[in-house]
Amino acid sequence: MEKVLMKGNEAIGAAAIKAGCRYFFGYPITPQNEVPEYMAKELPKHGGVFLQAESEVAAINMVYGAAGAGARVMTSSSSPGLALKQEGLTYIAACELPCLVVNVVRGGPGLGGIQPAQSDYYQATRGGGNGDYKLIVLAPASLQELTDMVQEAFDLADYYRNPVMVLADGMIGQMMEPVAFGEIPQWTLPEKNWATTGTDGDRAPNVINSLFLAPEELEALNIRLQAKYQTIKANETRCEIYQLEDAEIVFTAYGTTARIVKNAIKILKAEGIKAGLIRPMTLWPFPEAAYQALPKTVKCILSVEMSCGQMVDDVRLAVESKVPVAFYGRSGGMIPTVDDIVAEAKQLLGR
Amino acid sequence: MAIVFEKTKGLSNVETHYCPGCTHGIIHRLVAEVLEEMDVLPKAIGVSPVGCSVLAFKYFNIDFQEATHGRAPAVATGIKRVHPDKVVFTYQGDGDLASIGTAEIVHAAHRSENITTIFVNNAIYGMTGGQMAPTTLPGQKSTTSPLGRDPKHAGMPLKISEMFATIPGTAYVERVSVHDPVSIRNAKKAIRKAFEYQVAGKGFAMVEVLSTCPTNWGLSPVDSLTWLKDNMIPYYPLGNYKTLEEVK
Amino acid sequence: MAKVTFNEDLCKGCELCSTACPVSIIKMDKTKINAKGYHPAAVEDMAKCLGCANCAMICPDVVITVER
Repeated sequence: MEKVLMKGNEAIGAAAIKAGCRYFFGYPITPQNEVPEYMAKELPKHGGVFLQAESEVAAINMVYGAAGAGARVMTSSSSPGLALKQEGLTYIAACELPCLVVNVVRGGPGLGGIQPAQSDYYQATRGGGNGDYKLIVLAPASLQELTDMVQEAFDLADYYRNPVMVLADGMIGQMMEPVAFGEIPQWTLPEKNWATTGTDGDRAPNVINSLFLAPEELEALNIRLQAKYQTIKANETRCEIYQLEDAEIVFTAYGTTARIVKNAIKILKAEGIKAGLIRPMTLWPFPEAAYQALPKTVKCILSVEMSCGQMVDDVRLAVESKVPVAFYGRSGGMIPTVDDIVAEAKQLLGR
Repeated sequence: MAIVFEKTKGLSNVETHYCPGCTHGIIHRLVAEVLEEMDVLPKAIGVSPVGCSVLAFKYFNIDFQEATHGRAPAVATGIKRVHPDKVVFTYQGDGDLASIGTAEIVHAAHRSENITTIFVNNAIYGMTGGQMAPTTLPGQKSTTSPLGRDPKHAGMPLKISEMFATIPGTAYVERVSVHDPVSIRNAKKAIRKAFEYQVAGKGFAMVEVLSTCPTNWGLSPVDSLTWLKDNMIPYYPLGNYKTLEEVK
Repeated sequence: MAKVTFNEDLCKGCELCSTACPVSIIKMDKTKINAKGYHPAAVEDMAKCLGCANCAMICPDVVITVER
């Protein structure tokens, strides 16, 4: 298959268009600007609409409107921008509207910086918005994976009627790698007979709404959503298990951090230390089972993140105190080095 | 004898939650009648706000989306961009449109989004219990201006129609009232025009409708009509504020 | 010759119709309480009705049908 050298942010746009996304609403913010720029240039050629909204708040609500009207639609932003979108996201989740939201993560808190980070793990998996809702959160570690995930995200969203987030750190957005736009598996998707397209006079009105003043009705919605989340958890949890056999130490990391960890594993191996990696590819649902099935040789787990320790919480919950869980992270746009990770692992193992 | 007035097919059979004498019911009916008379009910998609008219989606017999507070124009933008051939409108109160949602409505107008906005101005927050709105009149008492609105503290009320007339993107802006049958008939004409502008693809059209809130004004429904006429209309003069070009 | 019919159970007794009636024939029927708990609007002398539909025009609850 032909490979094209692309920048991550452009690959996001190209993959979305390939997946049939024809509507993009967004607002400029670094380091994701090449996504809207690509869409502004390319979507009109495909009969689509790119619209620069007045704010991230407006953009996510345009996504709400378009998704509710039955379209394949997306927005992208970066960390503080995602903070602004949270209200829209909880409405979208409550109304079960399919859409893709890309977060090219930069350092925080506050306005933070514009360098890569993974400090939006909580924001993505816990939901910054109100109420009990979940986004399906995909975490690519390469541009090929990014391309595949963006394409599949639309099917996942349509199939489960749920918003999907691709959580890409700034490195994924900004770096260049060769990617191939292969045929991704085609899902059999339900008809969007719930969308507001106008009744055409031949059906009862469709309503997109998340207001339920009767507690019985609101609880019924929550029960239905939770059942759906359980199905998603059962069917869509994904992770990469790397060299876990006989491992003394198991790293866990997602996104580009996992690639740095793989280099650290190589160096440790050369020094006679057996190390493996659990790389969650879905951050929600979190691949809990992978942490339950550790080989008996494992002495500890080290979560490596570009944050002050966020995913490590889920790791600890999954491990259920069976093995000690440690954390190593850099933040603010600083990136953990292979040497740092190797040193940290050795210290943990007392070598 | 022939029927000269009956309930429009544009309204559902759900009874409204509005307080006795609340003029939201009149405005809902006018919108529904206009959509029926223009024969666009099958292609109409409404967007309801947060506020008293949050449940509007139950009362219209058409497709509807319920928006986040203030963001109805953004939601309507999303719908209209997907379905440019459909008739898309927002129905928003003064808290929704003139306070929390000013950015969205200004920019929908600024882009000349080809939608229609029905802006219901009753000078108060109704749903939350009578708090001060951006449109509350000087001296008017509310639960958050218990001594009456003090313009030195809270500013003068926002004149939305006047403001929107200055936005290059607006095609049609008119302020109407529903305090008596003549005004109601004029309001309906303006609402019809606003939808005709959309169907003709002329861009953003808005009708500001002066409305009552008997419960939170602390007046009887009948006295509320008089209060509107005597107090609101002098500050919010009725009339056309912008007509880009006549739509035939 | 004109007639107004009230869908009585929907009436909230707000009295707006009675203020809009040019011949002042609409009153709240104090002898009745409807399903909502209000005294509903009623016409005392239908023969005077002009069929102008002002009452229906101002009714916020679409209670009234007008024939002429």
